[in-house]
Amino acid sequence: MRRDCTGPTRRHARAAAVIDTRAPGAPGLRQKGVVCMDSVADLGGATGWGKVSPPPPQDQDPPFHDAWEGRAFALTLLAMGRVSGQNLDAFRYALGRLDSKSYFDDDYYGRWLNASELMLVESGIIAPGAVDARARANAGESVEQPADPEPNKPDYAPTAAGSLRQVEEAPRFAVGDAVTVVTDVESDANKLPAYVRGHRGVVEAIQPAHVFPETHARFLGENAQHVYSVRFTSTELYGSDAEPFELTIELFDNYLQDKENAA
Amino acid sequence: MSTALNPDEHLDGSGNRISPALRTEALEQLLTERGLVDPNVMDKFIATYETAVGPLNGAKVVAKAWTDPEYKARLLAEGTAAIKELGFAGPQGEHIVVVENSDSVHNVVVCTLCSCYPWPVLGLPPAWYKDPAYRARVVREPRKVLSEMGCEVGDDVEIIVRDSSAEVRWLVLPQQPAGTEGFSEEELIPLITRDALVGVAHISAP
Repeated sequence: MRRDCTGPTRRHARAAAVIDTRAPGAPGLRQKGVVCMDSVADLGGATGWGKVSPPPPQDQDPPFHDAWEGRAFALTLLAMGRVSGQNLDAFRYALGRLDSKSYFDDDYYGRWLNASELMLVESGIIAPGAVDARARANAGESVEQPADPEPNKPDYAPTAAGSLRQVEEAPRFAVGDAVTVVTDVESDANKLPAYVRGHRGVVEAIQPAHVFPETHARFLGENAQHVYSVRFTSTELYGSDAEPFELTIELFDNYLQDKENAA
Repeated sequence: MSTALNPDEHLDGSGNRISPALRTEALEQLLTERGLVDPNVMDKFIATYETAVGPLNGAKVVAKAWTDPEYKARLLAEGTAAIKELGFAGPQGEHIVVVENSDSVHNVVVCTLCSCYPWPVLGLPPAWYKDPAYRARVVREPRKVLSEMGCEVGDDVEIIVRDSSAEVRWLVLPQQPAGTEGFSEEELIPLITRDALVGVAHISAP
């Protein structure tokens, strides 16, 4: 679907500044039609975030900075599969559908917690508002806690463990082929960052075929397909004033235009 | 499946946002009361990534590659299999590709869409890797970002950014520091930092 930049992501105050940089004619960007992100999670190439803090030594930067972070991490691992009946791609899709506060304001594992809640609500495991009600009751407020809903897990089972699959047909592209990334995507469950859409690159490597997150996340089939590491120049992505560097990104077969259109 | 949580949710009776710590406790209660999750299983997951699976694994891989040219060749050709030789495999490590930094090339890894990271060799990602500023900017001005992070890369060195947008996980084989030739694996391992294995730091001789 082609999305214009007045779509739902406009609601995300933090993302709004980002979208402006992607508008047609924005400085340093090639004009290739309207390209903007489909989700709050699509941060690649965005401006306005300020400096990255120098990393502390690793022994001063543990995986969990507070006990609740570890609990939220472990709850999520269990929620995404066993409890909600969903999968890893559905978890990533849930992250991308969070409102901006739920994505940015609760810290990293709070984001995981919020995506877990969304998955568990959608699978009918917990009622909307049940987590908030319990937390408020635990804090001493008098709050009515909703009854448990009827489970509504997706009709889904993986065909194998993990994400890698065998695909019989040969890859469409070979290492060294020039390719052009599509600009239109089917759904907001896509894994195609806005900053590469419409741009030309070269296949650097053919990676093992994977299940296709865009359908897998929505329980519409694994749709396994070839995945390419595609290499881009910074000037192709950001224009002639870009800092000189190259970049590779893994792109699913669906995200590359037909060969005849790639020239 | 397009419903999202309401941004005005997660407020207490006074209108303050309920902390994720309190909400995590609440969700754990709701699920354990019904037997849907086992807190002991949660404890095991947490302990695994606090103690067993972390950057020491990646340091062992790098130290072996620096001291064993045949292993290094296997590691660069078939990263997942070579890493598994040392016993490291598991979630977020289905297909690991190892790229070598040199005098002419500097690789740096990011996941712009989330925070995909090679858990079996590096454990869970550090805070800076999950920082929106890192995710947004390292694919646009990597040399500047690396400099801010204390990693200077010379103008004559080509930077290649690796955006992990699917299930491929990237591990950087950093340059062995001058003066450590002839060191044993055991002597090298303490020098090897996580940040160098993601490509945001160089490794220094002791």
